[in-house]
Amino acid sequence: MFIVGLTATSALILALLFTGFKPMHERNEALFNKRAILAAVDTKLDKKVKSMSDTEVEEIFASDIQQIALNMDGLEVSSEEIIAKGYKGGQAEHIDMKKEKKKPEEDRILPLFIYNNNGEKIYIVSVRGNGLWDEIWGNIALEDNFDKIVGATFDHQAETPGLGAEIKDNPKFGEMFIGKEIYDEQTYVGVNVRKGGAKSELHDVDGISGATITCNGVTEMIQRGIQYYEPYFEAAKNN
Amino acid sequence: MADTTAQSPIKEVKKKEPLFGKNERKLVTDPLNDNNPITVQVLGICSALAVTTLVFPSIIMTIAVIFVLAFSNLLTSLLRKSIPSQVRMIVQLVIIATLVTMVELTLKAFNFDVYKKLSVFIGLIITNCIVMGRLEAFAMANKPWRSFLDGIGNALGYGAILIAVAFFREVFGKGTLLAGTPLEMMIIGPSADYWINTATSNMFGWYMNNNLFVFPPAAMFIIGIMIWAQRAWNKKLIDIS
Repeated sequence: MFIVGLTATSALILALLFTGFKPMHERNEALFNKRAILAAVDTKLDKKVKSMSDTEVEEIFASDIQQIALNMDGLEVSSEEIIAKGYKGGQAEHIDMKKEKKKPEEDRILPLFIYNNNGEKIYIVSVRGNGLWDEIWGNIALEDNFDKIVGATFDHQAETPGLGAEIKDNPKFGEMFIGKEIYDEQTYVGVNVRKGGAKSELHDVDGISGATITCNGVTEMIQRGIQYYEPYFEAAKNN
Repeated sequence: MADTTAQSPIKEVKKKEPLFGKNERKLVTDPLNDNNPITVQVLGICSALAVTTLVFPSIIMTIAVIFVLAFSNLLTSLLRKSIPSQVRMIVQLVIIATLVTMVELTLKAFNFDVYKKLSVFIGLIITNCIVMGRLEAFAMANKPWRSFLDGIGNALGYGAILIAVAFFREVFGKGTLLAGTPLEMMIIGPSADYWINTATSNMFGWYMNNNLFVFPPAAMFIIGIMIWAQRAWNKKLIDIS
């Protein structure tokens, strides 16, 4: 009797708290996601994303960012289809890359964020791959020729602090990607995070000592992740 | 007859414990030094190594532990006579887990950044040996108010070490203090944002932030030095261990 009473009371308290805080949790998670996307174009913004208030983030996201979702053929997906895929909001920002990564490649949908920087369009793509211990992901901003990287941010689930986790914790890692090009002439090469230091000026960045597997994961994630968007890029270039 | 009437007033006096008498004060101050959970009892080391890279998350962690420990002690003590002794551990766990989940949900709603930083370690307060240890050793045998104070005292003792370790790790590892709050201080580093700019300063040009301090082993060293220093200064402790 005692145990039943105790369990019921604690379950009730927690359920009430959880439902009460749910809108705030969802708002916080959405904001976290928006900050991560905006951080990819940090250098183009008037103010660092880190020092922005929540409302400023919401405002910029609402006014300067156009979000579309793509299928694997590079075609735009309507809001109803996003909802049909299980994302209630129906916007690209609601797409959960973690769920998408588990689906077979041809069924996935991809979020694409287009930042309008006073007429210049910057395309922010989301990529996801595997690090050493668990998944890693990032947002990469490309210039409108779809070649030059203007910013990149990374995050991870469980990389080692001080080693693999440096991809997120050390701002210099993301900064190294600025100015790199993902095409060599016309062929797609991506960006290599190279152990022992960058060899090519345009397509390599320095690896992190002691985090080779995480760095290889980043290379692979960028290589594969951006390629998913290629059909869309090709179509946009030909227009 | 005369004996019983003479005894009862004495009993009455004994029952009236002052709110902050000598014994009660001792419950709070003892764990800060003579009976510190980390440096003397050597409990709760895991989270002390893990969350102490920055001062601000350590402060939040301290507040969370104070809340959980004080109220789980209070609740256990209130229920101590009705808890069936065969399942007392499980009852204690339910109480702790409820309080910890409350803290976690609240933190997620009001300070998402710190929630992300502390991640799993808020949840791990459930298995923090300090909490279980105090419930089993103190709250099951003492009155609610005394248990509540004991909880606050032990959590403060834990938090004091946590914040002290985090202070050294943040200053020497990252060159900042209280990063992530409006009070953030940039102390030493290679750019003009810092108070001491190692890129231009002649005196501190050699200085670099020590990456070792960012890693958990540094916390182990710092706690080790603290234990040594405390024992060198407080001779009472030497015989205990």
